[in-house]
Amino acid sequence: MSALIESSALTVHRPGTSEPVLAQVDFRIQPGEIVTVVGPNGSGKSSLIRALLGHMPLASGRVVRRRGLRIGYVPQWVQLDTAIPMTVRRFLSLPTRVTDAQAEAALARTGVAGLGARQLTQLSGGQFQRVLLARALLSDPHLLVLDEPTQGLDQPGIVAFYQLIEEVRRQTGAAVLMVSHDLLVVMRSSDRVVCLNGHVCCEGTPQHVSTAPEYRALFGAEAQGTLALYRHRHDHDHDLMPAGAHVHRPGCGHDHTAPRR
Amino acid sequence: MLDDFFTRAVLAGLGLALVAGPLGSFVVWRRMAYFGDSTAHAAILGVAFALAFDISIYAGTLAVAVSMACLVSALVARGQAMDTMLGVLSHSALALGLVAISFVPQARSDLGGYLFGDILAVGRSDLVLIWTGAALVLGVLILRWQRLVTSSLNEELAMAAGIDPRVERLVLSLALAVVVALAIRVVGSLLISAMLANDTPVVMGVTFVFACLVVLFNLIADILYGWLDPRIAFR
Repeated sequence: MSALIESSALTVHRPGTSEPVLAQVDFRIQPGEIVTVVGPNGSGKSSLIRALLGHMPLASGRVVRRRGLRIGYVPQWVQLDTAIPMTVRRFLSLPTRVTDAQAEAALARTGVAGLGARQLTQLSGGQFQRVLLARALLSDPHLLVLDEPTQGLDQPGIVAFYQLIEEVRRQTGAAVLMVSHDLLVVMRSSDRVVCLNGHVCCEGTPQHVSTAPEYRALFGAEAQGTLALYRHRHDHDHDLMPAGAHVHRPGCGHDHTAPRR
Repeated sequence: MLDDFFTRAVLAGLGLALVAGPLGSFVVWRRMAYFGDSTAHAAILGVAFALAFDISIYAGTLAVAVSMACLVSALVARGQAMDTMLGVLSHSALALGLVAISFVPQARSDLGGYLFGDILAVGRSDLVLIWTGAALVLGVLILRWQRLVTSSLNEELAMAAGIDPRVERLVLSLALAVVVALAIRVVGSLLISAMLANDTPVVMGVTFVFACLVVLFNLIADILYGWLDPRIAFR
């Protein structure tokens, strides 16, 4: 299958200057794939998303979006103007009107059923992110683009949100392109991770990236945490432990049926 | 029916109010009240041009209001802070307008008419213009309503849906310019900025004060009749 979005030698300048934010980025996302972009502040993560979506002029390079590609977009830190009174139901009808049944189904799918009559300004951070996701899902997208969707959520909120995203992917088969800071969770739920710092430092499976020296140089101590997650299967010896002594948690990436030596 | 000056005044006011309501909502939602203010101030400059070059008041104000809208859009696109720029442009336009209008002999006595409007002097051709313009702007607003609301709510969401927020901003600015040009004869430059900001207290206040003044001076005039002309007597 062809890629949903593909860029080659993408270069983007900071608006109004000739200073590059991103240089020579080759990127592609396949149908059904969860790809996460990580990188320090100012590394051009959001610029990459905007350039891929065509919201930002390219300095050079090429972006090819598959013909008829439907994108559901959850932008970074949506700042709603409180001057506009608007209910969740009305918000879901922007810019394309949807029926009540569709709106309710989308809200139910993201776990905020029954919030339709609520004002947008009365939602909590977590509820609002879910409403944004519900709105993005209404167009039945081939690709979900989420720019730091868990900003402002606490740890349980983040984990729940990523579970929701994986669930949505399973149900709809949509590809997911995400920008995130939550390294631990990202590493657990992505198919592929792109580590960005003005250019692509390294990319590949989470396991590959977390062991890459470029990644560890960028993220330092925090990288050690994600590394431990993957070294985890080597950090204890199953032979010395009575069966059942090790408590599995959701997301634990190993099993005891075939102990490794 | 249109022979009655009062009917014409009511119809003109109605036409303006119909379009100022929905357009004013956007002005409030997008916090463009100051922008509406500046455009309305600039319209005075348009009146001065129109009188000096002997063209229609509507054409003059429309031209200046549209240039103002385009100038502001261009400067905002270049990354200037909107408030600062409007602060400069708004008051420069009003000052220039007042100076320019003082050089036009036939307007000097009638300046108040353009600042506060003269709804009772509305003629048939004014009515046609007002209702055509109002219907045009209202039609554009209704057609683009979903797009306008989306891009007012959040520009990034709008872009993701294939809407260009710059186009929507320009549409609103132009609509604003058209309404200001229509309103200058009717309610005047100062009141239309309040109408466009949905500033109900100011609109009500101004209307009330003017209504009181009209009633009061008519009463005084009636009383003076009896005193000045002995043939008229109170019974």
